[in-house]
Amino acid sequence: MELTTVWFLLIAVLWTGYFVLEGFDFGVGILLPLLGRDEADRRVLVQTIGPVWDGNEVWLLVAGGATFAAFPEWYATLFSGFYLPLFVILVALIVRGVALEFRNKSDSPTGWDRAFFWGSLGPAFLWGVAFANIVVGVPLDADHEYTGSLLTLLNPYALLGGLATLVLFTLQGALFVRLKTGGELRERAARLIRVAAPAALAVGGLFLVITQLTVGRPVTWATVALAAAAIAGALVATVRGRDGWAFTANTVAIVAVTVTLFATLWPDVMPALDPANSLTVDNAASSPYTLTVMTWVAAVFTPLVLAYQGWTYWVFRRRLTRPLGDG
Amino acid sequence: MDVLDLSRWQFGITTVYHFLFVPLTIGLSIVVAGLQTAWHRTRKPAYLRLTKFWGRLFLINFAMGVVTGIVQEFQFGMNWSDYSRFVGDVFGAPLAMEGLMAFFLESTFLGLWIFGWDRLSPRLHLATIWVAAIGTNISAYFILAANSWMQHPVGYRLNPVTGRAELTDIWAVLTNSTTLVTFPHVIFGAFVTAGAFVLGVSAWQLARGREVGLFRTSARLALTVTLAASVGVALSGHWQAQIMTEQQPMKMAAAEALWEDETSAGFSLFAVGDVENGRNHINLQIPYGLSLLSTNTPDGRVEGINDIQARYESLYGPGDYRPVVGLAYWSFRLMIGFGALAALLALAGLWATRRGRLPRGPWFHRLAILGIGLPFLANSLGWIFTEMGRQPWTVFGIMRTAAAVSPGVDVTEVAVSLAGFTLIYAVLAVVEIRLLLKFIRIGPDDEGEPDRPADTVPALSY
Ligand code: HDD
Ligand code: HEM
Ligand code: HEM
Repeated sequence: MELTTVWFLLIAVLWTGYFVLEGFDFGVGILLPLLGRDEADRRVLVQTIGPVWDGNEVWLLVAGGATFAAFPEWYATLFSGFYLPLFVILVALIVRGVALEFRNKSDSPTGWDRAFFWGSLGPAFLWGVAFANIVVGVPLDADHEYTGSLLTLLNPYALLGGLATLVLFTLQGALFVRLKTGGELRERAARLIRVAAPAALAVGGLFLVITQLTVGRPVTWATVALAAAAIAGALVATVRGRDGWAFTANTVAIVAVTVTLFATLWPDVMPALDPANSLTVDNAASSPYTLTVMTWVAAVFTPLVLAYQGWTYWVFRRRLTRPLGDG
Repeated sequence: MDVLDLSRWQFGITTVYHFLFVPLTIGLSIVVAGLQTAWHRTRKPAYLRLTKFWGRLFLINFAMGVVTGIVQEFQFGMNWSDYSRFVGDVFGAPLAMEGLMAFFLESTFLGLWIFGWDRLSPRLHLATIWVAAIGTNISAYFILAANSWMQHPVGYRLNPVTGRAELTDIWAVLTNSTTLVTFPHVIFGAFVTAGAFVLGVSAWQLARGREVGLFRTSARLALTVTLAASVGVALSGHWQAQIMTEQQPMKMAAAEALWEDETSAGFSLFAVGDVENGRNHINLQIPYGLSLLSTNTPDGRVEGINDIQARYESLYGPGDYRPVVGLAYWSFRLMIGFGALAALLALAGLWATRRGRLPRGPWFHRLAILGIGLPFLANSLGWIFTEMGRQPWTVFGIMRTAAAVSPGVDVTEVAVSLAGFTLIYAVLAVVEIRLLLKFIRIGPDDEGEPDRPADTVPALSY
């Protein structure tokens, strides 16, 4: 396989990991006001992601760094072109990170919880908007500079994409809460899943079908179908009380959605409205030497990272409940 | 102001801000790991209480380091897209390695440390803080390798077809002589920072007569760390100055306001210059100082600004190759000056606390509290010197800053983000300081206080 393809795949893997993992901790943030009726509940909710959220966010940082190293032109065009939305995402991630770390150290967590909510909701929506735009293509000139405006990015299709990731991540959050808590919280999460899963099926389905009809290729109908089946499976498993399976099923759904988007993209990395100006895995890539070096680094360290992050989830596998005799 | 100026301001502000938290994280992580090791070895409860007290302050600071770091990762693409296109092949590599090798390590193992007190065996738990601390140092190495490449590009070639820099030797980039001297300087600087912080906070407690035993121990530890690290920072700084004289003579000349080539050059202490005519009105010097610092010999030859300017014009074509001389001059001096004050403070403190003594009277405590600021100033000025002294280049000798900026981003966009980041950073500074003060005031947990119920509130974090 060509190294450019390897790196395209690796970057797809990093984004997939980011969406699966940060997906549930965005979801927990979005659900905090809905599921957390009192301070004790909210503490439990925040603690479900406490040990892991920072490690989850690093998937994004590494996706960014890997894009810079392997496809500098893509990194340059994407982040300068999507300047303002990215700025909003960065502010949201700052506010959210600080809120998560500081809420329990503060005397009045309410303000922090609001920050955590918006800081989770914003990126959960905006990443969908960004990826929808990447997949259908944006105006680029011959130097690969983005020539549209902010409004170009906020088209109806992209907004639908934003809604799709928002609902999907919210569902992922609910499934995670269901998996990681006990008692009343776990029940509330189940009620939420009964609403969120059909919503994810509807919005996500519509988004993927439109994507298929406009820019899709035949093979990705398979991943679209898989995504739909997986979401339905998550719902069924929840009803049957199989929390682990439910969470796994929706993880498969998020993987399938991300795979659909990246498979549609390849061999472009950022299609332009005028195909002559598109960024492809070839014209956006680094030199073969850099790709070789980075391939070695990734081959050694990616399994290591997966191993110790996996171990972390094992260490914190126990369900969390409210302290006894409280509330 | 145009996009270039605004982007420079934004990069400068966000990066200097990030670097307020970075050195404290690097230094404190090792201090906390050391204290926990002491507890593990001796089982003295005092060490556990210290680990938790300093650990909590460390975490508050770490959170800020993380969230301000996220911005850094994307800024190159946002504001410096032509730079990113030009150097991504070389510069992206250490950046990606930093993420894969260091950020994952720090973030994952710190999560384990915070929440793992009652989930991991004591040994394993101790290991997690060490792994996290080592992660912060690895992160520093890679990012400094990336930055050093901009100061002194090596291991690359310019591709005549694409006009881009291409990596030819990753090993050369990772063992760049500039990196090898910058890394120890930054790490020693980080220990000065952590030392002064621990000292100041301990002094605050001692001034109130709280937990005298614990905080005397902390203060002595801090004084030793600060003094030792100050020696390290001076020695490594000296090395750096020599490498810099060789690689970026203009920066050294500007740092010294040295206009003409000189042998037996003095080290300037105070100068008032005339940039237009390229000379100084007043210049107070330590004889031979500069020649010694730059070449290790009293009569070594040091190049002057005017001569280098002429040389560069013939090398790189017409243009102004001088950085802002006044800024380079003063930032260099003040970095050293503030660092020297911190070292003096540490020396005085060690004397005042010798053989079980405690300084009486408020003066020493007040100075120690004020002293917290010294290394932060020295660090910021060090970076301002390093980065501004490199101007007009972004990548020395091959890319100018003016050519690096994003062509597709407009003034409104940068103005919005600059205002936004500045505002939110200002608010966060207030929040962070209030939180630190709150936990400094609360002080260490009582001895033997049972950890609150597992599962809901981990001992350390809340
Ligand atoms: C000498 C050290 C040093 C320097 C010059 C920089 N950083 Fe930094 N950075 C660190 C040392 C560090 C650290 C000690 O590793 C931090 C501080 C607190 C932390 O969480 O890790 C960190 C955090 C941090 C994070 C968050 C990591 C996480 O989520 O765990 C990112 C993305 C960056 N940095 C990126 C950058 C970039 C792109 C820089 C260049 C402009 C930069 N840093 C300068
Ligand atoms: C954390 C420590 C750092 C500080 C405090 C710092 C400070 C600064 C400052 C003040 C500027 C503005 C200079 C000017 O506009 O004239 C600047 C510019 C810049 N620095 Fe750094 N810097 C740091 C680390 C880095 C690192 C590690 C890199 C690369 C990995 C880097 C890359 C750049 C770039 C690309 C610019 C913009 C172009 C320019 O203005 O020269 N900096 N930095
Ligand atoms: C005798 C004392 C010192 C000397 C001779 C010295 C020398 C230097 C030199 C020559 C540079 C510029 C390197 C370059 O641009 O290539 C530098 C940068 C720097 N200095 Fe110092 N320094 C001293 C003290 C300090 C102290 C006390 C601190 C902080 C506590 C500090 C922090 C920094 C930082 C953060 C930088 C920027 C990063 C770098 O390039 O290493 N320095 N120093």
